[in-house]
Amino acid sequence: MTKKLNELSIIEARDGLRTKKFSSRELVQACLDQIQKHDPKIHAFLALNDQAVKQAEKADLNLPLGGIPIAVKDNFLTIGLPTTASSKVLEGYQPHYESTVSKKLLAAGAIIIGKTNMDAWAHGSSTETSDFGSTKNPWNTDYLPGGSSGGSAASVAADMCMAAIGSETAGSIRQPAAWCGVTGFKPTYGRVSRYGVIAMASSTDSPGPITKTVTDSAEILNIIAGNDPQDATTSPRPIENYLKFPSQKTYTIGVPGEYLEVLSSPARALIESAVEVLKKAGHKIKTISLIPPKYSIGVYTILQRSEVSSNLARFTGVRYGHDRSFFGDEAKRRIMLGTYALSAGYYDQYYAKAQKVRTLIVTDFEKAFKDVDLIINPPSPGPALKVGATENEAMFGEMQDILVEPSSIAGLTGISVPCGFIDGLPVGFGFIGRQFDETKVLSLATQFQSLTSFHHAKPSLT
Amino acid sequence: MTTSKTITAQPKWELVLGFEIHAELATKSKMFCACPADHFGQEPNTQTCPVCLGLPGALPVPNAKAIEWCIKLGQALNCSINLESKFDRKNYFYPDLPKGYQISQYDKPFCHDGYLDLASGRRIRITRVHMEEDTAKLQHSQIDGQKVSLIDFNRSGVPLVEIVTEPDFKTTSESDEFLKEVQLIIRALDISTADMEKGSMRLEANISVRPVGKKDLPEFKVEVKNVNSFRFIKKAIEFEFNRQVELLEQGQIPSQETRGYDESKGVTFSQRSKEQAHDYRYFPEPDIPPFKFSQNQVNQWKQELPILPAQIRSQLVASQLSSDSASTLIASPVRLKRYYELIKKGLVPKKAASLVINAPEDKVSTIDQVQTNPTTDVSQILPLVEKIVSENPKAVSDFKAGKTQSLFFLVGMVKRQLPQADANQVRDLITSKISG
Ligand SMILES: [Zn+2]
Repeated sequence: MTKKLNELSIIEARDGLRTKKFSSRELVQACLDQIQKHDPKIHAFLALNDQAVKQAEKADLNLPLGGIPIAVKDNFLTIGLPTTASSKVLEGYQPHYESTVSKKLLAAGAIIIGKTNMDAWAHGSSTETSDFGSTKNPWNTDYLPGGSSGGSAASVAADMCMAAIGSETAGSIRQPAAWCGVTGFKPTYGRVSRYGVIAMASSTDSPGPITKTVTDSAEILNIIAGNDPQDATTSPRPIENYLKFPSQKTYTIGVPGEYLEVLSSPARALIESAVEVLKKAGHKIKTISLIPPKYSIGVYTILQRSEVSSNLARFTGVRYGHDRSFFGDEAKRRIMLGTYALSAGYYDQYYAKAQKVRTLIVTDFEKAFKDVDLIINPPSPGPALKVGATENEAMFGEMQDILVEPSSIAGLTGISVPCGFIDGLPVGFGFIGRQFDETKVLSLATQFQSLTSFHHAKPSLT
Repeated sequence: MTTSKTITAQPKWELVLGFEIHAELATKSKMFCACPADHFGQEPNTQTCPVCLGLPGALPVPNAKAIEWCIKLGQALNCSINLESKFDRKNYFYPDLPKGYQISQYDKPFCHDGYLDLASGRRIRITRVHMEEDTAKLQHSQIDGQKVSLIDFNRSGVPLVEIVTEPDFKTTSESDEFLKEVQLIIRALDISTADMEKGSMRLEANISVRPVGKKDLPEFKVEVKNVNSFRFIKKAIEFEFNRQVELLEQGQIPSQETRGYDESKGVTFSQRSKEQAHDYRYFPEPDIPPFKFSQNQVNQWKQELPILPAQIRSQLVASQLSSDSASTLIASPVRLKRYYELIKKGLVPKKAASLVINAPEDKVSTIDQVQTNPTTDVSQILPLVEKIVSENPKAVSDFKAGKTQSLFFLVGMVKRQLPQADANQVRDLITSKISG
């Protein structure tokens, strides 16, 4: 069965463009058609690039992403496309400058097809807190896509683009990728520039790709990774060629019991059979013990809320059109909690203590990685939850992201890849690597995809 | 109403005085972005970028030169240097603060625990010297009859060092000496113009009063801000001392507040009540990784320090200059430079100093030993006298007719072409030429 143009992966699309099987204009048009047909129901996009077709006509196909349509999460500043981070506070905001990530994509020839929906200010794991309406899961529109990069994950799952850019503070790439049945890659903190990304929690925000395959994630990482003179927290370490990850190498893989315990039993069964696939392929599986992930919830909540309370202070209404009354409940709750945690007399009790526990978690991982190359880390306790699940659940995101918070606060790299279905909804499998061990993560994930076909499954959109 | 009296008029009360001194660094670019740091006299909002405008997603990248200069200033003020340091966010809302927080330093400033010795030998302790960013500038004006507040972001993000002293000053002459010395040190390091009028050096005095002999700090403190000259800060402190004493003697406690100084009336006035301590909710700036300096690096910086004013002063005094002359020379880099040049030419220190000190500052660089030791060399002057006399027959005949004015004119003509010529000698030569 031949794929429709919009269903192609980056690599397939590039081959087709370069061998002149189709034009970039046709490719972009196929994606726009798909958006026009299905996005009224999915609501993955907040803004579309009305110049996309024109840009496709002029695309330089010699560039690595030449003429390939890519969607970008709405917290990346993009000149010419309004950027709101899904908050009414920034409704209609036209950026004055380009984020480093989108600038690099454009320089690599990509066509930014549109801006994707997200939880407002990236506060959430459902995309249901978007001020512009929730995105729906393409596998079943009664269900949530996850978040905060829910629009990006859904747009890839619904074949509205070749790939999308997301950003993860704790789970915001891996969890929606898991719920939407696509590949979500979280680079090491400091590997990809945050310049021009509307900050959520500055000490953990990590931009990364959401793609149809692991190799596509490597393609994008190869373009967006690297030191940025405009982001002092990017690492000066030279980047590796992520396209040259080994496709055969065997690894020692740690399986933390404390993490498997958090999974729902049908999800656990899928994860265990995914581990079995790796074992059969010759990888060495080793049971390990880590600090139970529940302890990360408190640490992450305190640190993230504290940073949020400060990062959102600039949106006073003096300069961005809409005043503070336009903040949604979730943002207000986070600002209040963070302000409280940083207040005189409470700092030591909350913020300082959270930093100490963070250090313990970092050391715990360092210790574990002495014996193993990679650690199994499923991104979510189970498949997608129903639309409306976040109502009256102030800690919804933190509970859903319990499994990815430890690796996020430790700044590690990780991935989510599809590993099966429960009641027609995808489940994500994943693992994490040491800081800057992107190549190992990509290598093992590709091996998994070469042994399985879950990532080829497509939702039947109606 | 309180009038300005000298502080010695109050034997029962003593002044408790400390300072926060801000200086804008004269680096090429701002503290966290590439915009020019020199904002004085620029068209508003022409030196801005996403970073110093605090636009969403913009990130600060620290200016290494500014950090080096801050540390050097700390070293010049005898501070210890924190080998591990960091920036923190100071959170508060004000329209001149585009991010809603100022990037500053909280518990790990670059420099701490320094001192500066006064001429009397009294030591003023310096709590810390840290680095932060300047705020934007508010301009309150009227447009079409409407009161408006305008914001100029050119100043936003300009590197600012803050020097904090302990409340060690007992008199305003001590504080005056100290503040001027700090200004000299900053200028000697060549890191800031430290110009009070242009606001590149700003003073905040923390003033309170306690009964003589008491050691504890008073429970109140008045901060006097926005005073832009040494003379006025001195007056403001003296006024404030008397005001507080008057209140205390009436059994009242002065309130904790920020006060300004009205230069025309010579009084301080309340600006902002500080009843509640500000909670700035400091926390480590997550956008800038912490710093680690090697001891070698810090030693290297220390070796690069220029000769500081105190050292120059003792050299000058050692070469028989009065301490007044020494201070005048040190206060003016132009004079000091010329002084050394004249010494090199062989002048004795006292002579060189008096020449340099007595000339107007803008003429100092042209003062020459020759010029000020007029020549009487006839072989040099006479040919010129002959030339001038033959070129100006009208003046010569006027002189002959008794107009003495004409003689001055002729002397002037000669001096214009030979400035070092001795005026008496020229006059004599002209007179004898004309009458001879
Ligand atoms: Zn700037």
